[in-house]
Amino acid sequence: MSISVKYFASIRERLNRSEEILDTDGIGTAADVWIRATGEDLPANLLVAINQEHARVSDPVRDGDEVAFFPPVTGG
Amino acid sequence: MTVKVTAEPLDPWAEVSTYQQEQPSLAGQFGATAIFVGTMRNLNEGEVVRSMTLEHYPGMTEKYLEKVSTEAAGRWAILDSLVVHRVGGLQPDDPIVVVAVWSAHRAAAFDACRFIIDELKTRAPFWKQETTAHGQRWVEKNT
Repeated sequence: MSISVKYFASIRERLNRSEEILDTDGIGTAADVWIRATGEDLPANLLVAINQEHARVSDPVRDGDEVAFFPPVTGG
Repeated sequence: MTVKVTAEPLDPWAEVSTYQQEQPSLAGQFGATAIFVGTMRNLNEGEVVRSMTLEHYPGMTEKYLEKVSTEAAGRWAILDSLVVHRVGGLQPDDPIVVVAVWSAHRAAAFDACRFIIDELKTRAPFWKQETTAHGQRWVEKNT
């Protein structure tokens, strides 16, 4: 399956990339996407969106999904 | 109901004034307008802040601004709402966001305006990075 992965703010800076395509099988959840794409454990305070909707890291992902990882939001 | 994200300097009063004049559905109908303007300060967490950069998630940002505006319209009897939010580089005293709500009577406008800015701050994907004398730092908590 192919997942479009995006990173924002401090996470984007630390990983030194803003997006990538993850082409792999055996991914069930957003947490799996993070671990497979970054090779890291899940950090504390990691937020996730699936197809531009807030989600949980335990939520399922499907082929073609856009999965974004970012720190707590600070707008307004 | 309109939401906008802009990298251009924001004049909240001109935005509200222009929008109000361009909405024929408001003419003669609104008795109350509640406006919130969020502005960049030169101090945060005890340090002088020289400038700020606002990052966002294009697409999801607009979606969530529309979502909270729609939820406000469902909860209160409002006539219309406008949200304009800055991204990109800002200096102290620059407006960051304007939320305007029009209604027949004041309670709905006040309540919906408060709801929209409060929900925006917790749900819309924006991130602030500040520049201080010690370099750049990401803002980690919203106040």
